[in-house]
Amino acid sequence: MIRIFKIALRNLLRYKRRTMLTSLLITLGIVLVILFSGLAGSFKAMMIGQITDSSLSQMQIHKKGYVSSIDTMPLNLTLDTNKYQKIEELLSSNTEILAWTPRIKLNAMLSNFTDTTNIRLNAINPEKEILVCPDVGSRMTFDKGREPGTLLNPGEVIIPEKLAKGMNLNIGDPIVLVANNKDGSVNGLNFKVAGVIESILGPQGKEGYMHIKDAQELLRMDEPEVIEIAIRLHNFDRLDKVYAAVSSKLTGFINKKGVPEFEIHTWDELSPFANIAIMIDFMTITMKIIMIAIVLISILNVMMMSVYERIREIGTMSAIGTSPSKIMSLFLAEGLLLGLISAIVGNIIGLGGIFILNIYKISFAFGRQENLLLSPTVNITELLWVSGIVLLIAIFASLQPAYKASRMEPVDALGHV
Amino acid sequence: MALVQIENVSKIYQTGDVEVAALSDINLSIEKSAFVSFVGPSGSGKTTMLNMIGCLDMPTKGKILVDGKQVDTFNRKERAAFRGNVIGFIFQSFNLFPVLTAYENIEYPLVLIKNEPAEKRKDMILDVLDSVGMIDQKNKFPDQLSGGQKQRIAIARALVTQPKLVMADEPTANLDKQSSINVIRLMREMKDKFGTTFIFSTHDPRIMEEAEITHTLVDGKLT
Ligand SMILES: Nc1ncnc2c1ncn2[C@@H]1O[C@H](COP(=O)(O)OP(=O)(O)OP(=O)(O)O)[C@@H](O)[C@H]1O
Ligand SMILES: [Mg+2]
Repeated sequence: MIRIFKIALRNLLRYKRRTMLTSLLITLGIVLVILFSGLAGSFKAMMIGQITDSSLSQMQIHKKGYVSSIDTMPLNLTLDTNKYQKIEELLSSNTEILAWTPRIKLNAMLSNFTDTTNIRLNAINPEKEILVCPDVGSRMTFDKGREPGTLLNPGEVIIPEKLAKGMNLNIGDPIVLVANNKDGSVNGLNFKVAGVIESILGPQGKEGYMHIKDAQELLRMDEPEVIEIAIRLHNFDRLDKVYAAVSSKLTGFINKKGVPEFEIHTWDELSPFANIAIMIDFMTITMKIIMIAIVLISILNVMMMSVYERIREIGTMSAIGTSPSKIMSLFLAEGLLLGLISAIVGNIIGLGGIFILNIYKISFAFGRQENLLLSPTVNITELLWVSGIVLLIAIFASLQPAYKASRMEPVDALGHV
Repeated sequence: MALVQIENVSKIYQTGDVEVAALSDINLSIEKSAFVSFVGPSGSGKTTMLNMIGCLDMPTKGKILVDGKQVDTFNRKERAAFRGNVIGFIFQSFNLFPVLTAYENIEYPLVLIKNEPAEKRKDMILDVLDSVGMIDQKNKFPDQLSGGQKQRIAIARALVTQPKLVMADEPTANLDKQSSINVIRLMREMKDKFGTTFIFSTHDPRIMEEAEITHTLVDGKLT
């Protein structure tokens, strides 16, 4: 076996330039795949982190039918205390869930005592919200004197930056919020502008924040109700599994009409940016297919040339009694070795490239967030997969030429000039 | 019993509509440890004859026994195995493997064909290398050797597996006069030393003289 690889290696070195060029091509393909999936993967992770950690959360539970009518922000599809407790019970029984938080989403009229405008508000429980969306404060600007770590107190509102400019509002200014409750009655309360929030793209990008207790008062709820429960897991990679587990339990709650009471969605069903994530995956797969094509074509080409150039040698091997399977394995070893060398070099260069990219960080802007730093990572399993695929394709590409070599009749092959 | 027994063997090549009888109705036997040559004009069937005996090709008709085995009934794989075990080959253009050294070329059949254990190999190789007088050249690659030297290594490669029979189709055709004589004498020496049967073909009258038995072919028939 070792002998076969030794002969294969010598034969590869015999045509140094050709072997180098082919190996270079395959190496290039591997490096591209490693760099691209490293960059794309880190971009995707960052984008998803941005969406899930600052506003949306990873997973949400609503009253059935809420998400399909989310544009009107209906106030009648609420979860009362009893239902909220049932869901809390269910969530606390799942150890993979890190935290959850109640929210109310509402439309209100904001008045600065001269002008009035419309505002979308996300009413939160700040202590819990920070556990579910740890970056919720990252886009907010507060007064310098504010105690660090304070997100929101009752009586305070954080308003979108654009709205603050348009309404000529500054931090500390008093405002009035007026809202219709689900029965249509109107209520207004006084608030103070505690901070402004930078807008980002997407439906949640232009929301202001208020305390959930204030919202319940403004909407004159007799007992505390919530619209949405946002959830965060210990490990984001387990999202699909946890979703399935919680979802199947939720379907157990059925109302009097026999329809499920609740619905659950993961972030990608709630954010239009999920399509970008899908695009990134699609591009990564495309890169891999291109790499496979490069490996397949270049190794097939080299091995066909090898067999053609060595017909007389193959004739000699066969004549002196080398079995067809040994001849076949000699050529397979040659293709495999070519793939292996390229894979090793490709992995080294690819890892080096990722290392360099991590030193000179690439900055980019996403939404209104600028100077986000990409730190491409390598997934070892991904690396092994790519290398494994290269080796498999190398063998696959050598099969036909190797088989052809093993089937040659010694008399014909020896007579070949 | 004779080492090679040929009975009513014919070989007909079909090229398009034309049939060429390269060998017609040959009967022949060759004894153990013989030193036999086939001679005859170009196209007379020498190569075809050697290919039949060497199990490289199959007769169209007739029966061939080598070392007691009826080889014309073998399939591809059996023929390859039989060649590896019983027959050695020497070629007109030497056919050494260019990526292997002289030593490794001789080692090749022991490793890739006979699966000899490593401990045994070294002595076997050094023994034949010594017999063909090439010990000091053992680490050279074929392109660093002269034609005569290459053919010596090829002889060593053919002999290292201790075959009963060595086939050599025009082994001296690519060599100068002196090297040719030396190579044939070496083959003969080897025959005496190892008791191997040698069958070769040649055009060269001075080489024919070295054979113990000479068969002459004309138009595919023995005369
Ligand atoms: N593969 C083949 N297909 C068709 N005809 C063939 C084939 N091989 C040999 N022949 C024919 O068979 C006859 C015998 O050829 P062979 O090669 O055995 O002659 P030879 O005595 O070895 O000649 P030379 O001295 O030129 O080597 C020739 O007429 C040749 O043209
Ligand atoms: Mg001939």
